[in-house]
Amino acid sequence: MTQAQLAQGHAPLLAVRDVSVVFGGIIALNGVSFNMNKGAILGLIGPNGAGKTTLFNCLSRLYQPSSGDILMEGASILTRPAHKIAEIGIGRTFQNVALFPNLSVLDNVRVGTHARTSSDIISDSLRLAWVRRGETETNRKVHEILAYLDLENVAHTVVSGLPFGTQKRVELARALAADPKILLLDEPAGGLNHEEVYVLGDLIRRIRDERHMTVLLVEHHMGLVMSIADHVVALNFGRKLAEGTPAQVQADPDVIKAYLGSKDQ
Amino acid sequence: MSAAEEVVTEAPAIEAVPKRAMTLGLGTSLVVLAALAIAPLFVKNFIIFQMTMLLIYALAVLALNILTGGSGQFSLGQSAFYAVGAYTSAILMEHFGMNYALTLPIAGVICFAFGFVFGQPALRLSGVYLALATFALAVAMPQLLKLGFFEHWTGGVQGLVVTKPDAPFGLPMSQDMWLYYFTLVIAIGIYIASINLLRSRSGRAFMAIRDNEIAASAMGVDVALYKTLAFGVSAGITGVAGGLGAIAVQFVAPDGYTITLAISLFLGMVVGGVGWLPGSIVGSAFIIFVPNIAEGISKGLSGAVFGVLLFLVIFLVPHGARQVAMVAQQMLGKLKKN
Repeated sequence: MTQAQLAQGHAPLLAVRDVSVVFGGIIALNGVSFNMNKGAILGLIGPNGAGKTTLFNCLSRLYQPSSGDILMEGASILTRPAHKIAEIGIGRTFQNVALFPNLSVLDNVRVGTHARTSSDIISDSLRLAWVRRGETETNRKVHEILAYLDLENVAHTVVSGLPFGTQKRVELARALAADPKILLLDEPAGGLNHEEVYVLGDLIRRIRDERHMTVLLVEHHMGLVMSIADHVVALNFGRKLAEGTPAQVQADPDVIKAYLGSKDQ
Repeated sequence: MSAAEEVVTEAPAIEAVPKRAMTLGLGTSLVVLAALAIAPLFVKNFIIFQMTMLLIYALAVLALNILTGGSGQFSLGQSAFYAVGAYTSAILMEHFGMNYALTLPIAGVICFAFGFVFGQPALRLSGVYLALATFALAVAMPQLLKLGFFEHWTGGVQGLVVTKPDAPFGLPMSQDMWLYYFTLVIAIGIYIASINLLRSRSGRAFMAIRDNEIAASAMGVDVALYKTLAFGVSAGITGVAGGLGAIAVQFVAPDGYTITLAISLFLGMVVGGVGWLPGSIVGSAFIIFVPNIAEGISKGLSGAVFGVLLFLVIFLVPHGARQVAMVAQQMLGKLKKN
């Protein structure tokens, strides 16, 4: 964080600084920068191939940016391996749902607590007293989240058999189980019908307010983004096209051109 | 759009069972346990010896099941871990005069370390490639054991003769029967510990990796660590089984631990049901008794008969003993309703 921001006293929770990603000769992201403030819902929009998911994968350390930096509470996350991202409070869902298909809903969400718990194989094998206490605590927390997302009735069902919409909620539950500070949602409305999208928007806002999280929302569904986001960043061809309030971004001529094509085409 | 996304949506290579179905109910467990405890009182020593081997191979199959059914990694190299366990016990007993029971935890720890270290290069491989790498290990092991360099300890091609222990405290039972109960206690202990492990945070990490590595990593699971741990645990249990095997057979020799043993254990796992721990003993029974049955049907064509029997099992019950158990459970459920 810069001196100026320190002086202002509101350093961003997450800062994306001039991040570029190059695959072979293709520039997937080109010098993208933006800040996320605590408690905000930030919408990341853009046409297919704009680089939204690439950016997401940089945040969860699946991709290494070619240049630039990503700071979480002022510290770079780029020195951390992918499995040490959850513990600093970055949780995510995946575009096409990446659950553990053979595990029950309960176990999927239990895996979500992995970063917040500890154990070793010997204590686990012997089921020592402290392991049992930890499991009791994990179960309490997992059941609270399942109740919160109305998943209690499918708790023991294997996830591969559940409808897509329910699987998406299970994924959200799994992300919440790690107590993230920032929740990265990759196209949560994909595959949902109109009414479900409305309910989802409500749910995301509730999660932000009641569970005190900051949300980064990658979404195609403009209605959803515009209705719940406080701040919107628009990407196209790996560059930041526009940034501002939903109304500002919606009115931006470059954004309109990117989505609808220009008049002279 | 990207490589990572493709991996995310890829279906798991192994069909697995949810954790709840990984074990037997308490009632069934007690019945099986009672049968195992009482049976040796009514049979001859040779049968007791065979039952001991049944438990020992069941442990080795269980170990492979934790690796493949639990963490989703293939291994055709279990015979190498079994051999290391067997030789560790044999050398400690015969060269150092150590008590047989004390050699087993040492065999387990050495094999755990061996498996953990072997798991490191295996991290870069998956599926059939991992199977090939472990296959190489199994092929190399008998020759390594024959090396002149180790001959003073291993006895080279001749192997080592191991003394069979007597029943302690002057208990009135034969050596075979004592060893059977000794093995049974160890097998039950390892079985319970394995179930605890798979039901714990570590076990969930194994299964998360099996189902989706990228998602597991996003949840904070150290994929490399847990994959190598799974190899270590599997090798450690196989090593204990190997040590027990050496004591029961009273002999270790390089050619007792060839790739054939590794393939048998793999077969046992499939027949018992991948990922279903109680199936291990059924798989073990298959690899011990079915070759004998085949020989009984036709001495000259025993291999072919075995092949036909194996084919029938795979064709009729592709999910092995687990499938049989589930069908039986459903039928019982229907009977209760009527």
